[in-house]
Amino acid sequence: MPAAAGLAFLVLPLAGLLIRAPWSTLPERLTEPGILAALRLSLVTATIATAVCLVLGVPLAWVLARTDFPGRRLVRALVTVPLVLPPVVGGVALLLVFGRRGLLGGWLDATFGVSLPFTTAGVVLAEAFVAMPFLVISVEGALRGADSRYEEAAATLGASRWTAFRRVTLPLIAPGVLAGGVLCWARALGEFGATITFAGNFPGRTQTMPLAVYLALEQDVDAAIVLSLLLLVVSVGILAALRDKWVTA
Amino acid sequence: MTLDAHIFVERDNFELDVALTAEPGEVVALLGPNGAGKTTALRALAGLVENNGEIWIDGVRVDREPPEKRRIGVVFQDYLLFPHLSALDNVAFGPRCRHVPRRQAREQAKEWLSRVGLSDHVRKKPRQLSGGQAQRVALARALAAEPKLLLLDEPLAALDARTRLDTRAQLRHHLSAFPGATVLVTHDPLDALMLADRLVIVEEGRIVQTGDAATITAQPRTDYVARLVGLNLYRGRAQGGTVFLADGFPLVTAAAQEGEAFAAFPPSAVALYASRPDGSPRNTWPGTVTSVARHGDALRVEIAGAIAVAADVTPAAAVHLGLEVGREVWASVKATEVRSYRA
Repeated sequence: MPAAAGLAFLVLPLAGLLIRAPWSTLPERLTEPGILAALRLSLVTATIATAVCLVLGVPLAWVLARTDFPGRRLVRALVTVPLVLPPVVGGVALLLVFGRRGLLGGWLDATFGVSLPFTTAGVVLAEAFVAMPFLVISVEGALRGADSRYEEAAATLGASRWTAFRRVTLPLIAPGVLAGGVLCWARALGEFGATITFAGNFPGRTQTMPLAVYLALEQDVDAAIVLSLLLLVVSVGILAALRDKWVTA
Repeated sequence: MTLDAHIFVERDNFELDVALTAEPGEVVALLGPNGAGKTTALRALAGLVENNGEIWIDGVRVDREPPEKRRIGVVFQDYLLFPHLSALDNVAFGPRCRHVPRRQAREQAKEWLSRVGLSDHVRKKPRQLSGGQAQRVALARALAAEPKLLLLDEPLAALDARTRLDTRAQLRHHLSAFPGATVLVTHDPLDALMLADRLVIVEEGRIVQTGDAATITAQPRTDYVARLVGLNLYRGRAQGGTVFLADGFPLVTAAAQEGEAFAAFPPSAVALYASRPDGSPRNTWPGTVTSVARHGDALRVEIAGAIAVAADVTPAAAVHLGLEVGREVWASVKATEVRSYRA
């Protein structure tokens, strides 16, 4: 019984979304320019954020999985903080560091004339901050599961650490990296709290789908439902497409 | 391509302290029981565990270099072929790491694979190869990197008996063609005797005996080696033609010897009797059978007594004597069968 209740609890809201959807006016609503702009912005920023997470997160995962240094456990704990941190707090923290008067933001502004808050780049930053732990943890797990002796074998054949990682380890953990990437991308796509705090809610620039949904809910419930439905379809579609190939747990 | 190494590795409650040399073209076998430190020695040479000794190859000290700079090839016990790469790309991996252009690296790899008789398996992934084939790919991969020193960790241990025979012969052939020094680790005396020019016996992190196959098989110096080569071995003080063992037991030997000495004889030289045999200056003593087991065509009988001994008897004799665990028997060995040599 509790299992059935649990399932119902998870599925019912999604069913409600489908039932209440304004199916008759769906085509016109979907092609509204505001919706498409929000969708495009969401997809682009989530993808860039995932790329950023891959570039920074995979080496971090390697360090956590393969090296032993004092404070490694602390670093690992720090990595997982954004996972449990309320996203709004993350957004405030990002503002304090990258804001115009922030620790790094002031310097960035003065030196490069770059200001991140309330820009599309800011959206990417907020999403990457929140989503990176998913990738790091997933890749670290894959690395721990992979036999490190293959790296030793590569070394005896003359491979530097980087070559061994690129040509041996990375292909071996590819499924784990992909799974982490998908999780990371999905998390970035749904990001709300940190984004609205750090990047604001400017249509076309920083207004991603979740933000548009929230805004629409106050004015036009049907529009909010359509947007939600779209987000649901995109997420489930990506997950389904990849699950068959790679992400079979 | 001369190897001159002192390996010193300390672990929790284990200390490996081994000096090892190998000439160009020489094959040295590290032989020893499980846990003796053989594999650790190999990993220390390759740079995969920290070594507090020194390793010199051709007069160049390499023990401070990382593994990838040492030019030491390793064939691992379970081969560790990269599962996502074809046999060809596995073998081409070494040349590619030395920045040989891709096409050329693949040509070299093809040549190595044909040398080990695997021209038809170039495109196969490791999981599609049999054990013997995988072993040969691993050898080709190590050799293709043109190492100065080749290390083999239990190269035949993962193979079944039949494949093992063929692969051993092929391995012998390829090792003789390799210009550098080779160190191989094994716990199988047959592998060591067949493949190596020189044997180094390691027990509990120390070298206990070195020598060529003939010396080791004729004059074992520890119980482990004696068991490997199938001899009964005792240590004592020789006075003329008799070696007095630790507890005073006199063993009459074939030739005279003085001072600390070993005495050895094969199990086939031991005769068993139901009661005390008559006359003649032989070594004769009573004992109790502790085990009886098949050993080739004969039965290997272990007997506890004044001295512990292994005897080989025919099944017919065993039946005649009623040999079973607990049976009291008399053992006897002719003096002419007992070899003695300096300890």
